[in-house]
Amino acid sequence: MQDNPQPSTLKATLAIFLKDISSEFRSFELISAMLVFSLLVIIIFNFALELEPLVRKAANAGILWTTFAFAGTLGLNRSMSVEKDRGCMDGLLLAPVDRAAIYFGKTLSNLAFMLIVEAVTLPIYSVLYNENLLRLDLLVVILLGSIGYAAVGTMLAAMSVQTRMREILLPILLFPIAIPVLLSAVKASGGLLTGADFSEVATPFNLLLVYDVIFIAAAFMLFDSVVEE
Amino acid sequence: MTQRPLTLQILDYVSILVLAISTYLALVFAPTEAVMGNVQRVFYFHIGTAWVGLLGFVIAAIAGIAYLVSKNMAWDRFGVAAVEVSTVFFFITIALGSIWARPAWNTWWTWDPRLTTAAVTELIYIAYFMLRAGIEDPEKRARFGAVYSLLGGLSAPITFMVIRLFRTIHPVVIGSQSAEAQGGFSMTADMKVAFFFALFAFTVIFVDMLWHRIRLGSLQEKVEELKLNASM
Repeated sequence: MQDNPQPSTLKATLAIFLKDISSEFRSFELISAMLVFSLLVIIIFNFALELEPLVRKAANAGILWTTFAFAGTLGLNRSMSVEKDRGCMDGLLLAPVDRAAIYFGKTLSNLAFMLIVEAVTLPIYSVLYNENLLRLDLLVVILLGSIGYAAVGTMLAAMSVQTRMREILLPILLFPIAIPVLLSAVKASGGLLTGADFSEVATPFNLLLVYDVIFIAAAFMLFDSVVEE
Repeated sequence: MTQRPLTLQILDYVSILVLAISTYLALVFAPTEAVMGNVQRVFYFHIGTAWVGLLGFVIAAIAGIAYLVSKNMAWDRFGVAAVEVSTVFFFITIALGSIWARPAWNTWWTWDPRLTTAAVTELIYIAYFMLRAGIEDPEKRARFGAVYSLLGGLSAPITFMVIRLFRTIHPVVIGSQSAEAQGGFSMTADMKVAFFFALFAFTVIFVDMLWHRIRLGSLQEKVEELKLNASM
């Protein structure tokens, strides 16, 4: 009999990513829920903070990141509970691939959902508040922040779906751990939006990078212990 | 029921003794600080509890790694004991700091890096207990607890570094002071005696409580085993 070689980690990661994307693009359940939710959050902020132009200038970054964080939690919960409910997770775990591929695949698809939602939210926010948010430097900050958030979030969502409290537990576990990424993202994007030079936001930007690297590495090493049965 | 080991019994009495001495040193022996007056005496216990609080969180992260490598339940008992004792001590630190801050900074609370990091860290470990409470299988509970205490241990220092980008008014009594700090002072020799003794005293008390909590953990496990055997 011919040996059936184990598929490479990269291939398996891509396969899981594509599976999530294609199943989402059939229903658009998750993305549409995240999108409507984030628009609602922005509208609530508008009334809660009475966003006069002067107040808004300082609050833009905070509002954006709060919105992304909340919408992100929604997506993370859903993407993991789908795997758990229908027993898909067991199937994935039985597959002869590296467990890291499951983690990276899920993280990539969660990141993709977040980015899609952000890509729609940003222009709408720009139009609603007459503030151009589609700038390259800001987009890089948003990308890095989302990477960190999705990396930790995927890991913690995999844990919280296995507990009795399930969806309720994820924000409680995730927010205190994700505070550094949210804070440095707010600091960096706030600086950019109030007209600071890129060199002035270098410190929060670097911390964002550091967080991403540390937590992707940590999650990569620890994911095995989270999913093993 | 097994008796407390002799060393632990002795440690109990030593803990009570050093706590009494440390209280005396802080409240009577140490000279009154010239500017802030008596409220500065909070400082000795504030640092003592903060030290063991942080020590426990570091121990928990190390115990987490040890558990994930060895899968030995003893490490889990060690880790959970450290987090539990430290969460209480850390809460005392925050409460004492708040009492001091009211006259010194004219506010109970301010969003200073240290204060914010302390609050976030405390929340991480409260989340840790909620996570554990939601899992029935002891082996899985231990695994998830280890992973979460590790992630928490990684996140807290980065939180501190990020918030440092904002200004700080927290005084640094040992080491270099930031220009904006308010309520700093330099210690006299007698103050140093009280200070270092408080560190020592709280370390002893911490070890004593940690030991008790680990012992409680293993007794709990024994009871669960007995219950399981009796029901079969």
